[in-house]
Amino acid sequence: MEFDKNPLTPHLQIYKWQISSLLSIAHRITGVINAIAISLICIWFLLTINNEKILFENILNSFFGKFISISLSWTFSFHILNEIRHLIWDVGYGFDPKISKITGYMTLITSFLLTILIYFFGVNL
Amino acid sequence: MAQFSLPNNSKIVKGEYYKDKTGSNNIKKVNVYRWNPDDGKNPRIDTFEVDMDNCGPKVLDILFKIKNEIDSSLTFRRSCAHGVCGSCAMNVDGVNTLSCIKSHSDIKGELNIYPLPHLKVVKDLIGDLSNLYKQYESIQPWLKTSKTDTEKQEILQSQKDRSKLDGYYECILCACCSTSCPSYWWNGDKYLGPAVLLQAYRWISDSRDEEKKERLKKVADELKLYRCHTIMNCTNSCPKGLNPAKAIGSIKKMLATS
Repeated sequence: MEFDKNPLTPHLQIYKWQISSLLSIAHRITGVINAIAISLICIWFLLTINNEKILFENILNSFFGKFISISLSWTFSFHILNEIRHLIWDVGYGFDPKISKITGYMTLITSFLLTILIYFFGVNL
Repeated sequence: MAQFSLPNNSKIVKGEYYKDKTGSNNIKKVNVYRWNPDDGKNPRIDTFEVDMDNCGPKVLDILFKIKNEIDSSLTFRRSCAHGVCGSCAMNVDGVNTLSCIKSHSDIKGELNIYPLPHLKVVKDLIGDLSNLYKQYESIQPWLKTSKTDTEKQEILQSQKDRSKLDGYYECILCACCSTSCPSYWWNGDKYLGPAVLLQAYRWISDSRDEEKKERLKKVADELKLYRCHTIMNCTNSCPKGLNPAKAIGSIKKMLATS
């Protein structure tokens, strides 16, 4: 029997989000953001390499600049920490549902702590 | 590109409301996905008020009560009712599980019951799993040996080798894991999915099997295996407490180190 024309049962619409699936999609999104951000920052640096150190600092000190740089600190912290989690999986550890839940929450909490650390480090630079 | 929304013929509409007729004080509202192949309409969600004072402890008992006392046209698969056969796999309260071993008292408020996600629906809570069975066949889930005659009658295995199959041979192929996996939703035609890969690993790690290398080579494919991104929905949903994510991780590790 062929059921190709039958309706598709609901999937994303009904499946319950879990910490594991949320971190997985967040890992992808932050990865894309980081790739785009790093390219843009490099281009910006190249364009302003000769002049306007002041303009650079002005932008970073504005509310918008702060918002962007703090956000990027988080996306980078999170992506790197979650990548470490993936590397541990790749060598064969941490697949137990309880342990992966704990490492998931640890990744999330540590990413915020790291963002705060980076912020204070940057402010005192 | 994967389609994240439901196609037009699959959009869910509001269905019937079956009010309780027993006058019970202990009522649970149960929302059930319904689709009838004969009426040409879209799928709907019917709501049943179920008298919980006279109902067994599991979600399957609720479905039986609805079928016996309220609407006999409700269609679902079930067989053993003890978590051994894997027939009654469905999405209960947002997570795939076997309805026969899921206690409804674990779920507060209304109870939502859907078929396994991202399958073509056959009727009501029954999804079409023929793609998964075809993929299962493709990994050749039987013992391959060059031994003949009397040698083949009993191939001995040490206790240590036998224990390597623990956590894998228990799989009942209920498809809870595969249909919980977003990668399998978007690439189900090519990606083998957690259930089939766990079975593949079960045969790869069997000391009596002589085609370990060929088996590994066969699954070592960008789409068949590496669509697994360790989302872990599979392990979190397995009603038998197995770990498909670990099995897939083990295959990847074997390939990386061989």
